[in-house]
This record gives sequence, structure tokens and C-alpha cells, in this order.
Amino acid sequence: MRDALIASGSELVTVALKRVDVDDKEEDILSYLRHDQFALLPNTSGVRNASEAVFAAQLAREAMQTNWLKLEIHPDPKYLLPDPIETLKAAEELVKLGFIVLPYIHADPVLCKRLEEVGVAAVMPLGAPIGTNKGLRTKDFLEIIIEQSKVPVVIDAGIGAPSHAAAAMELGADAVLVNTAIAVAGNPVAMAQAFKQAVEAGRMAYVAGLGAESNTAEASSPLTAFLTEL
Amino acid sequence: MFKELFDAQDWEVVKESIYAKTSVDVEIALHKSKRSLEDFKALISPAASAFLEPMAQMSRKLTQKRFGKTIQLYAPLYLSNECQNICTYCGFSYDNKIKRRTLTPTEIMQEAMYLKEQGFKHILLVTGEANKTVDVDYINDAIALLKPHFAQVSMEVQPMEQAEYEILIAAGLHAVLVYQETYHKADYKIHHTKGKKSNFDYRLETPDRLGKAGIHKIGLGVLIGLEDWRTDSFFTAMHVQYLEKTYWQTKYSISFPRLRPAVGLIEPKVLMSDRELAQLICAWRIFNEEVELSMSTREREKFRDNIIHLGVTSMSAGSKTNPGGYVTDVESLEQFEIDDDRSPAQIVQMVNHQGYKAVWKDWEAFI
Repeated sequence: MRDALIASGSELVTVALKRVDVDDKEEDILSYLRHDQFALLPNTSGVRNASEAVFAAQLAREAMQTNWLKLEIHPDPKYLLPDPIETLKAAEELVKLGFIVLPYIHADPVLCKRLEEVGVAAVMPLGAPIGTNKGLRTKDFLEIIIEQSKVPVVIDAGIGAPSHAAAAMELGADAVLVNTAIAVAGNPVAMAQAFKQAVEAGRMAYVAGLGAESNTAEASSPLTAFLTEL
Repeated sequence: MFKELFDAQDWEVVKESIYAKTSVDVEIALHKSKRSLEDFKALISPAASAFLEPMAQMSRKLTQKRFGKTIQLYAPLYLSNECQNICTYCGFSYDNKIKRRTLTPTEIMQEAMYLKEQGFKHILLVTGEANKTVDVDYINDAIALLKPHFAQVSMEVQPMEQAEYEILIAAGLHAVLVYQETYHKADYKIHHTKGKKSNFDYRLETPDRLGKAGIHKIGLGVLIGLEDWRTDSFFTAMHVQYLEKTYWQTKYSISFPRLRPAVGLIEPKVLMSDRELAQLICAWRIFNEEVELSMSTREREKFRDNIIHLGVTSMSAGSKTNPGGYVTDVESLEQFEIDDDRSPAQIVQMVNHQGYKAVWKDWEAFI
């Protein structure tokens, strides 16, 4: 896992607070994760509402000595879909408590603006249901979010292949969050590296400026060419 | 309530339809991205036996995608073997003339501290059904004692009322296991002749009461050996599907207890082979990618070691099935014999050896 994290070039690694055992030094997952290359981002996975999330956040701050927090509230344990209402409520409270909040949410442009208004540090809309590897199924909404957002946009769930990550970066996303695709790969380290290159390529393409898509080939003799010949 | 849905079913019709499934039905089920209850029937049918290897490959892939290469560890803590029920298969049956005991708070702590030292963060409280001594107050007190020491306290005790569950959930109860034993109503009566447990419908509606009470997780299952396991498993799947739709904030787990020998009790009516158990586990995973699948120490070492790769996500380790069995009264009567008697440390070593990580903690005490 550690080798894959390093190979990915990631600067931020999220870890579920519910799995962190602060009393047991030997079994402590954090010992595998501490590294100069990346900061740790505790997440609230497992909570079902805003008040549990705020409690978990405070525990995380104490256990991991960081104000950074990935806010995840999924009352639905089957598809782990985020609860927009509880997330907004929790985000508002956590920002007031001094947290740097990165909420995991649906690709809902209005919700993103509302979260921005309460002071979150970034938004993390999903590309597809978590763990599905289905890619950017919410693409049309992600484009709107990226266009409108004043805070960084991190595409969080559903990214199942380096090409999906590249596509997200080409859209103008600021980062992607990947787990399943790398974790279940036959060679996670090589896959992590592939994602690193895809993210870099996608970002480079976005910065360079992509051409507009078209359904037809551009005619080499446009209908209006005659005008210049008159 | 599930009862309405269940009462519209006919056991024999369901059974026939499972046995009528063909290899074509199995192939269709395997090629879908979402499987229906009809597909589940195909996957547990005799016809699917020939597809066990591809089913195992698929089950492994789906399990790793959702759960990673992890196995959650837990231990049962038997609080009491007092019981007013007469059940033909259980060592705690009322008519079984054995010495009964219920742990005192001091004994509970002694047993619990032993388990804590072994590394357990998840414990499962187990009792018989003795409503005068082992009632809601007794269990509430036990949870209050144990909660500061464990991330997750679950229980497998007599069915209760919704309001009683609400009390225990507020005290920190995480999950409740309540197995229907069999969905064959007539056979259920034969195996549960006396006591509150003889009420089939009250037990059948227990998960509904738990769902309404807002429990985090419900464990379901049937006692394999009482009746045709395929038909019983179908009804379990139907039950879970109903519960997932109705109580969508609750998690579900499935266990596969095979009837084990116990003092003075019946022989299984139906024998399930290891191969069939593997098929059932794979069928569950392919049918439901999110459900937790649990494997107890009832099963043999070699089976447990290998089933890790096929879809199981949680395991007990070093279990004792008698109250006081860990420290305070190691000789008291056990509920059933266990087969895998390796220590928790040996199980962790085995899990690691299989390329998986043993997970002790997966919950916060406060949530």
C-alpha cells in the first residue's frame, strides 16, 4: 500500500477514522501511512448524520493532529451515497470550529455553491457510485461545477481507470481521489504510477487548451469561402 | 412487514423452481451486472454446481472490490446458558439436564478483559432465552460495562420488542444477530416445541422491529441442516432484499451455521457438503455485493483458511460457546462444539499468510 501511495505521487491520503486504533501502536494503520510526501486527511466514513460527523471530526483532530477533514456522511450503507442535507449542516458547523473541510457530495452544482458559501476548502463531487469503477457518469454536472466553483474541485468516486482520471483532469478538475482502481489492481504499484501519468497528462492537456469537440469533420472548403473571393 | 410478503409464498413452489433452474439460467445470472432473486435461485441451484470455479473467481473479485483484502475479527462472549426454550438442536435446550449459569458483572468483566487482551475490539454477547434473569436490564448493564472497552458490542439473544431495542441501542448496542433457523413453518414447530421461540411469526418479524428501532446492523441466517438449505437460503435472500429496501440505513450480514453435534440432540435432516457451502457463499456475494458474510469457528481449519478467498468478510476466532468458557468456568456446558480451536493470534497469522489483513476495529464507540 505504501509503495503504491508513493508511486502515485499523491500529496494527500485519506484514512478512515473508524479504522484507526489510537491505543494500539502495533496495529496502527497510521504507521504505514506517515511519509513526507503526503499529508493525512482523516475522513468521517461510517457516520450517518451531521452530529455524528462533528463528533468524529473532533476525535480525528485529536488523534491525528490535523485540522484537515474529509467530510463523508452516508446514511445508506449499501451504495454509500452522501447525504446532501446533513453534509451541508455539518460543513457549516465544522468550518466554524476551524476545520479545513473537504466534503464528499453528489455532483450537484447548487449544493457545491452552498458549501462554498459556508466556507469549505474544496468540493469533492462523485463521478459514479463509489467503488463502481464506472468513470465520469456525472460528467455534464461536473462540467458545471468546475465552471462555477471558486474552490478546488476534486472528483471523488467512480474513477476506475487512468483514462477516467485523465478525462477528469481534462475537464479542469483540480485533483482526483482514487482507491478501488489501484487497490484491486493485479499490480497496485504499477497502476498507481499509471494514474500519476494520466493525471499529469490530463492536467497538461487542460492547461494547453483542448480543441472543441465536433460530431462532423470540418469541411476543408467552408460554405463561406467564396466571400473572400468576391 | 416482511410477514405479508412471506405469507404469500409457498415453500414447495419455491423449492421446485430452484431445482428446475438450468445451466442457461446460471449463465444468464453470471453475465448480468445486477442480479434478481430469480438469479439467486439459479446460483444456489444444483445446476450451478458445475459453475463453482467461475462463481468463486467472480465472488473473490467482487468481495475485494468492496471490502479490500480484509477479514474482520470478532469473538462471542456467552453470558448465560439459562433457557426456557426447547429446541431439538441446541445444547442449551430447557429439557437438557445440565448445570445452568449466568455470569455476574464481575465474571463478565473477567471474560471481557481476557478477550480484550487477545486484541478483540468487536464482541458478540450471546445468551439463551431466560426472561426472568437475562432480561433487557441485565443486557443493558452488560453493555454499559463493556462499552468503554470495545469499539463494537453486538448481541445474539432472544427477540425483543422495538422499545427494548431502542433502549439497548441508546446504550451503545451496534448489531443484533437473529437467525430464523428455518423458514419452513411446519418444520420450525417441530424443532422449537416449547418456549417463546416456538412462535415463528414473532421471530420472523424481529428484523422489522430492529429496523424500526434504527439498529446499525442486522445479522440473518438459517441453521443449515434443519431443512432444504437452498429453499431456506432463498427466503433469507428475500428477507434481506425486503429489509434493505425498507430499512435502508441499516447494514446486513449473513452467517452460514451448519448444524453441529451437541449433547443429546438430533442429527441434521439435510447434510450440506463443503462444496455446497462454498457455492452458497459465492452465490450470496454475486447476488449482493455489499452484504457482510460471516464464518464462525464451527467450521474446520482447512475450510476456514480457504474460504477467505471466496467472499467471507468476517470471522470469529478462539471462540468458546459456554458462559465463563474463557476464564471463569472453562468446564461449563457449551452450546455446540467448535471445530477450529486455534487462538486469535494463530488466526491473525493465518489471515496474513493468505495475503489478507485482519481488522480488529471498524467502528467508533460513539457512533
